[in-house]
Amino acid sequence: MSVATSPEGPSFRISMLWTDERFRSGFIQAIAMILLMLGAAWLVNNTIQNLSDLGKDFDFGFLWQPANYDINQRLIEYNSQDSNARAALVGILNTLLVALMGCITATVVGIAAGVLRLSKNWLIAKLMTVYVEGFRNVPILIWILLTVAVVNESLPSPRDFRGVETGAIVASNRGIYIPAPIMGDGAWIVVAILALSIAAIFMVRSWARRRQDATGEQAPVLWYSLGLLIVPSTAAYFALGSPITLEYPELRGFNFQGGIYMRDSLIALWLALSLYTGAFIAEIVRAGILSVSHGQTEAAYAVGLRPNKTMNLVILPQALRVIVPPLISQYLNLTKNSSLAIAVGYMDATGTLGGITLNQTGREMECIILLMGFYLIVSLAISTVMNWYNTRVKLVER
Amino acid sequence: MRSATILAAAGLIAAAGAVNASTLEDVKARGQLLCGTNTGLVGFAFTDENGNWQGFDISICKAVAAAVLGDPEAVEYKPLTGKTRFTALASGEIDVLARNTTWTFSRDSDLKFEFVGVNYYDGQGFMIPKALGVSSALELDGATVCIQTGTTTELNLADYFRANNMTYEPVPIETNAEAQQKYLAEACDVYTTDASGLAATRASFKNPSDHIILPEVISKEPLGPLVRHGDNEWGDIVRWVLNALIIAEEKGITKDNVMEMAASPGDDPETNRLLGTEGEYGSMIGLDADWAAKAIAANGNYGEIFDTYIGPDTAIGLERGLNASYTDNGILYAPPFR
Repeated sequence: MSVATSPEGPSFRISMLWTDERFRSGFIQAIAMILLMLGAAWLVNNTIQNLSDLGKDFDFGFLWQPANYDINQRLIEYNSQDSNARAALVGILNTLLVALMGCITATVVGIAAGVLRLSKNWLIAKLMTVYVEGFRNVPILIWILLTVAVVNESLPSPRDFRGVETGAIVASNRGIYIPAPIMGDGAWIVVAILALSIAAIFMVRSWARRRQDATGEQAPVLWYSLGLLIVPSTAAYFALGSPITLEYPELRGFNFQGGIYMRDSLIALWLALSLYTGAFIAEIVRAGILSVSHGQTEAAYAVGLRPNKTMNLVILPQALRVIVPPLISQYLNLTKNSSLAIAVGYMDATGTLGGITLNQTGREMECIILLMGFYLIVSLAISTVMNWYNTRVKLVER
Repeated sequence: MRSATILAAAGLIAAAGAVNASTLEDVKARGQLLCGTNTGLVGFAFTDENGNWQGFDISICKAVAAAVLGDPEAVEYKPLTGKTRFTALASGEIDVLARNTTWTFSRDSDLKFEFVGVNYYDGQGFMIPKALGVSSALELDGATVCIQTGTTTELNLADYFRANNMTYEPVPIETNAEAQQKYLAEACDVYTTDASGLAATRASFKNPSDHIILPEVISKEPLGPLVRHGDNEWGDIVRWVLNALIIAEEKGITKDNVMEMAASPGDDPETNRLLGTEGEYGSMIGLDADWAAKAIAANGNYGEIFDTYIGPDTAIGLERGLNASYTDNGILYAPPFR
């Protein structure tokens, strides 16, 4: 032993790999790496072996074969003669739709609940506690099933609307119908003007900020913005003779026709995902606000800022650096949880590619790999965007 | 259920050897048959008041277990949805799938399964509330249709509506129970599946007479048990257990008289061969001489099983129709036992 640790020992002996501190760490890492690679190689080899035993090849050719099944919610043209790849794309778009809608609603709900939970109003604070704890502590699948059951069982079926005058919005147990805009001649001009107005609003805001930085004078940005948003597009709308009209849903045959149809499955999934994730976001927001020391508020008041400005200019910028990183995880969770869609018959990527296509073609390995790849890419994309935002709101330390 | 698919896919990775060895040896070594069944369909696969699995499809599992292991109760049932069933069979999670599964070309060839026969000749139908006043499937344009996902009915439906230039709104559902709940809540206008399944579902309604099954049968649905490709000995066993039940009906061998008839050779040579009192037929498929007698003793012959679970005297009330023996104007016909 004394020889091994002796600095004079010039010769390397094999036992020094685990007795000598200089080599030990590298040696253990090398062993772990070799074991890991052996394990991976065994899994891959085993898969190939099992697939060939079953007489199955590994081939993505099925993607270009006709899918032969119909999908209810289609954001792009699709019929049963289109390929499995297109069916997968329809599913992917449905996943992205519900994820986007869910992330937006969850954020709004979460911020409101998080702030209100800190309210001095006892009733509101307690109600928000009940909401947060109720949703956070029950599995999301239960909430999804419960929501769809409530929609299916409590709302009237289209049959019950027979002979009843329906308005612009119809809530049936098969989903909610809202009026759809019909784009007439010149409608796109109105849309273009609206887009330009929005761009102008951003320019005005940045001009106002620069002016305030330079001169200290504040401009009434809100009024400028509202005016820019409403006046030009409204004027264009009437000048072009009301090119955008609304199409109302109408009961024809078995179902309502016309309007935009938000299926019961979409509503259930969207609501359940939003409320569930919203509960987590509420806690994140609350933690973020509490992380800013009360001294900051007092200091802001001392220099004469009103409570509103204190929140926007002092508390929130500091709270955001605590809020944003865990918020990314919640967006990722929501997107991945949307794969529970099949429980309510919402045809997302898991329902089409990982469901019917997998089942009808028997390509388990290929479909699951593609599906994992899809969720991985979406998650990484969300992370990238949110990390970029996080760098922007991060406190710049001096 | 989704996770079951993924688990089964992962099973493809991890289940080394499970699908290599002979299934017969595996079953004997395990002392239990792993049988994939429906998650619940009245008459075909359901649990009785004691929690035991019963039904038309379950009887196949029991007959196979009786023939191979001598005990009709030596079965572990794995309830599977339309979506999970094939992965479960392919990955070796079950030995045989008896879950009203339609025999089709691509399932036989591309999915690498072996259908051993047909235990129920069926066709796809539509059920709709009487109150809607629909009398033909051709009046279903624009209807919302509940459908079990991962089935042939899903594909037939797409074909049928396309061929007739009609539109519809598919509502994909995982299990029969969920479909029933959606249909009764009027979240869909129509429920479509195999006609036998519709009759079975309707029988469990509070007011079955409020619902009609439309006259159109839009497809051929030969339902039968299936096994994995590649183990022909095991396929032969399941195939001939099914055939034995059909032959037993032709020969008048019943649950009550089978043991008596198997005790000593009778006058009919084919009956003697089937029941093992003549020749060495059991050893040809690696089973005891009285394997068929045990299989028949488990639930009776084909006709008895049909009458017990889904026949005219049950709540489901299906007629034999195509499923009568060829001697009674049906198409049930087992190859000769020799």
